[in-house]
Formats: sequence, structure tokens, C-alpha cells
Amino acid sequence: MSELKELDIPLGASPEKISRLLADFEDVHGERLMVQMGPQHPATHGVLRVELVTDGEMIAEAKPHIGYLHRCFEKVCENLTWPQIVPYTDRLDYCSSMNNNLGFVLACEKLFGIEVSERVQTIRVLVAELNRIANHFIVIGTYGLDIGAWTPFLYVMQEREHILDLFDRLCGGRLLLNYIWIGGLSHDLPEGWLRQVRDYLDYMKGKIKEINDLLSYNKIFIERLANVAVIPAEVCIQYGLTGPNLRGSGVKWDLRKNEPYSGYETYDFEIPVGRGEVGTVGDCFDRYMVRVREIEQSLRIIEQAVARLEKMPRDDVKAAIPKRFTKVPEGEVYFRTEHSKGELGFYIVSNGKAKPWRVKCRAPSFSSLSVIPKVAPGLLIADMVALIGSIDIVLGEVDR
Amino acid sequence: MSWLELLIAIVFGIGVLVFISLFSLVAIWFERKVSAHIQDRLGPMETGGFHGWSQTVADMIKLLLKEDIIPDAADRSLFKLAPFVVLAGSIAAFAVLPFGAHLIGTDLNIGIYYVVAVSSLVVIGIIIAGWASNNKWALYGAMRSGSQMLSYEVPIGLSLLVPILIVDSLSMQDLVAAQRGGFWNWTAFSHLPFALIAFIIYFWASLAEVNRVPFDLPEGESEIVAGYHVEYSGMRWAMFYLAEYANMFLVSGIAATVFLGGWHAPLPFLEVSVETNPFWHNAVGFFWFAGKGFLLVLIQMWLRWTLPRLRVDQLMHVCWKIMLPFSFANILIVSLWVVLAK
Repeated sequence: MSELKELDIPLGASPEKISRLLADFEDVHGERLMVQMGPQHPATHGVLRVELVTDGEMIAEAKPHIGYLHRCFEKVCENLTWPQIVPYTDRLDYCSSMNNNLGFVLACEKLFGIEVSERVQTIRVLVAELNRIANHFIVIGTYGLDIGAWTPFLYVMQEREHILDLFDRLCGGRLLLNYIWIGGLSHDLPEGWLRQVRDYLDYMKGKIKEINDLLSYNKIFIERLANVAVIPAEVCIQYGLTGPNLRGSGVKWDLRKNEPYSGYETYDFEIPVGRGEVGTVGDCFDRYMVRVREIEQSLRIIEQAVARLEKMPRDDVKAAIPKRFTKVPEGEVYFRTEHSKGELGFYIVSNGKAKPWRVKCRAPSFSSLSVIPKVAPGLLIADMVALIGSIDIVLGEVDR
Repeated sequence: MSWLELLIAIVFGIGVLVFISLFSLVAIWFERKVSAHIQDRLGPMETGGFHGWSQTVADMIKLLLKEDIIPDAADRSLFKLAPFVVLAGSIAAFAVLPFGAHLIGTDLNIGIYYVVAVSSLVVIGIIIAGWASNNKWALYGAMRSGSQMLSYEVPIGLSLLVPILIVDSLSMQDLVAAQRGGFWNWTAFSHLPFALIAFIIYFWASLAEVNRVPFDLPEGESEIVAGYHVEYSGMRWAMFYLAEYANMFLVSGIAATVFLGGWHAPLPFLEVSVETNPFWHNAVGFFWFAGKGFLLVLIQMWLRWTLPRLRVDQLMHVCWKIMLPFSFANILIVSLWVVLAK
């Protein structure tokens, strides 16, 4: 203890810097402690277990262990007929089941060569964006909880509730929707539903500002997130991070713009990217803020979709659904969509039978989770919570 | 000590215990309602009829009837001891809290010093709880609590020095008596802005002392599960809860006593003079004291349901690099003021 040097780590130093600073202080290190964070931990967003090796409050190693929610999605798909898989995709990322439906259905339609009408496409875009907003509200709210702010969670859950009510009227489901079917939709829009979506859009005006005032630009919240768990763009690409996580690191990559599907190219919207406005590009705050801004953009898309649907004459949304799925084209297909959590890809191999021969799901949460061992060393335990919250994983999708 | 004094001390002791229990019952229900209304909910509405007023009573009966679980690997005796130490620390400090002109356990001539010393016992209880639970998260909570509460003792002590300098006494009743005659004579407002800064520093640091948001790191729900009391259940857990609420009122009561005029009314004509009616003098004094205490407790609740939690390094940063220099500068200036004013 004779030569205890002063350890001066500046507030909000990057993990590399902290590790570098710590390297000079090997002699002051204490014994390392292994802690199991999860599977029953309030901040792991489900049944994730992270094996932490800590040095005091500092994390030296983090190893995520998954599989607590494994339901053999891919194997079960081989034993279900094509339309039966759609409700099963709901359970992947249960916070945004509409987007799961859309990803799988579009892959199947590409394989079968089905074209759906423009109205069906527009409805799909509308509900997918509504679902994206619902998902981002959960992320924002639970992220507030992770950081210790309770109240914003209740607020955003209330805004989300209205979307669930809209879905309830649309198809009877609130969380697991099974709305988008191969070749169409399960129900047409109910009478007056577009009016209610318009009401919701009006209701949402100013709500984003409210969230920003209450949570996003709270001084403590910014202090907790700025410069924490920085994921540089190269690391994002190396580890296959997509969606808001990738955009939070400043990479302008959004499949809705880069590889448009369902007519996304005809909508006017922007891709928010992390700008490092309070710290470094790619820190937790950027990843959080990208989601808040995406809600605004999704509202824009919804507004345009509603305007288009109001002008379109009603048609049969089930017109393009094949009569039977017993004989389907052989072949393989990979199709990826911009899911609320990132790039959701389905690789499907068909041997022409009523059931697919193989379904592989490329889950965005799974790739996002893989970055934890890379980024976590050097963080504090509280930052670890911020990191897990900011990459927005849903264990239903990680484990499948 | 005559038998009469002993009787008065016992009666006052029971009175304080009753007050703490009643206050906790009301405050827990009140916090539920406050949090609910902040969060756009209703909170408890069913139990007991009117706005769920008896919800906490029902909860307490439930907690009393719960199975008493002690983990196998825990240090049994320490595990059982910890809640009592925590609660004892906060109750002991109530002995010198002046609820009214005569409503005080004992007016020690080192009253405020005694409060600061005794309330530090709480941290020992918390560390015992964290250590005896044999749980890593509890240990983290205990260590966080230890470092946090010891650090924040310093700005608390320094900011309490300001009224002591102004009044030139450590006795609680002397501190209150010096602030009579309207709110402009209260310590917080008499030496503007320095004593007000001291008040704010005290209040802010006392939030850390009682583990309230934004300094609730020792029990940070989302980080270290529940911190030091993660292994506790039933009535033992309820004692921690009771101690937390007792502490909330304690720090608010001290703040009210030394900075906000204690049992004095904000305007002189709102008081009953002790000559006309001693009973009503004390009763009205109690009303003002409890009212000020409750107001500060309400602010604590308000902060809790609004703010996120600080990180452990930021916590230390706030304490050692912001509060401490300000407190020192404050003391220096107020000492000069007091010396020059003489």
C-alpha cells in the first residue's frame, strides 16, 4: 500500500481509456468476483444470464449465456404448414410481432411469386410502423427503468396502449397479432379505423417532446448515458449489429431506404443516425436517441399511409392468398426486412411440399447481444445495465 | 433522575415509536398515492374504502404473517441483528428532535452532534445486512451504501455547521429558539444566500443518507436487484422499510429544525404563546413542525418519482467535488459574516 498512486478516471471516459488507466494500477486491483447477472435479474430484459467477472464495481469480463427461452422455432417450422408458421413468428420478438409477420410473409411471397395489391402493401406498412412505435416505446420506457427513472415507463406504456387498442380493433390481438398473412391480411380495416389512427396521430403531437423533456434531456440521464459503452461503427459491422444499434453508431443503413420493400421507397422519411450530440458517436445516448427520433419518422410514414388509404377504394385483402399451400414452388430464398430491432432475415428452403424443408431466422437481437463481451470490459455494473438496455434485446428472439 | 423524569422519558419513547409507526403507515400510503398520481395512475383504491387508506395496514398484517426466511448460508445471528441496528439508529436520533417547545425527549447540549453521530449507526446495520446475507448483490449494496453514506456524512456535517455558527449552540431547542418571529428569521433565510445554500446541500446530501432517488444506489432495483435487503422477507424486510421512512422523516425533521424554524410558525401571529396556553402552544408547534417535515418528505417523494439514478462514480463526484467545496466556502463566508456582525 506504500505506493498507492492516485487513480483519476475522468467522468465518462471511454472503456478503452479506463482499461488503459487501469492497466497502470495492477497493484491496486483487488480480488475478482464472479457474479451471475440473471436469469432472474430486473435489468436483463427477460431470461438472459450474463456471467460477470468484476473487479470492485468494474467489469473485467462479461459472458452472456442464452437458451433459457429456446423453443426450437426453426425446427418447429419444419413441421408446420406455411400459413401455420405466421402466428409462430409472432413469438420471436413479442414486442413487434407485426414486423415479424411481415418479414416471414415477404420471404414466402418472394418464394411463391405472389404479388399483393397496393392497398394491402400500404396497410402492411401502416401496421408495421405502428408496431415499430409500440416497440420503441417499450425500449424507451424500460430503458428509463434501467437507469432508475420509474415514471417515464408508465407514460410511454400509456401511449403504447393506444396502439395496442388499435390492433385490438384491427385483428383482435394486442401483442401477438397474426395479422399479415401470406398473400394478404387476416382482416380488412374495420369501419372508422383510419379515423382512429388519425386521432392517434393528433394525440401523439407533442408527446415526443414530453418524453424528451422528462427523460431524454434529463441531466442525470445524459450523464448516465453519454460516452458510456461506445460501440464504434466498425465494431457494429464486425459483430453484425443492425437497425437502431448500427444507426446509433453513425452508419446510415436502413433497409427501408437501402433495399426498399412493400413500397417503402414511395414514402418520405429520414433515417436518424447517432450524432454524438452529448458525447461520442455510438454511445448509449445515441442508440437511445435514434429510437426516439425513429418514432417521429414512423409517425410521418403512418400519416402518409393513412392519407393514401383514405383515397384508395376498398378491395379484397385476401385476394392474393393462395387457395392451398400443398404445392408450392421449390427453391430457396433469403429475404430481409427492417425490423424494429434491426435486420430480420428469413432463409427458407422449400422442396415443394406443404411444409418448408428448412427455415433459418437471422435474428437482430442475437447479433446485438454478441457485442456485449466486446464492449463490457471496463464498464461499471450500472453501465452494464445501460448497455444491455441500449442494444434492445428480446430474449424470445435471441433464443428463438 | 427522579421517577417522574423516568416516566416522562418512557412516555416520550413510546410516543416517538407510535409517531414513527403511524408516520410510516401514512407515508407509505401517501407515497403510493403520490407516485400513482405522478405516473397518471390511481394507486390503491379498494382496501378500506376511501382511496385505499388501509392498504398499508393490510400489507403490514400480510408481512407479519409471512414465513420468516433465512438463507442457509447466511450468518444467522448477524442476519437477525441487522434490521434492528438499522431501525435503532434512526429511532435513537428522534430522542433529540424537538416536536414542540416541550415535546422533546431530551434537549442535549450537543443535540445536533448526537443526531449526526447516531444516525451513522444505520450504515453499520446495512453493512451487517449485506455481509450476513451471503449474497453477492447484497454485498455490493452494502459496500455501495458504506461508501455513499460515509462520504455524504461530510457535506451533511459541514452544512449543519452553518446554523451552528449562526446560533452559537449545538442544542436543538436553542437552534429553534433563535429562529422565532417569522420566516425571515429562519436560518435558511436570515443569512441569504449562504445559509440557503447550506440548506440545499444538507437536503441533497440527506437524500444520499437515506438512500433515496437519485442516490438510491445501495438498493438500485435495476442494477443490484434490491441491494442489501435482497435476502430479507416478511417482517425483517418491513423493518428496513420502516427504518427508511423513519429516516426520511428524521432528515426532514432535522432540516426543518435547523433551517426552517422548527416548530415556529412562518408568521408570528399563527402561534399560541406559551403564557396563554402551554398545551395549545405545543400542539400548534407540533403542527408546524410535522407540517414542515411532511413537506420535505413530499419533496423527497416527488424527486424519487421523477429522477433517474446516478452512477457510483458520479455520486462520489457530486459529493467530493461539488458539495464539499461549496460547503467549505459557505462555512468560511458565514463565519466571517457572524464575526463581523458581532
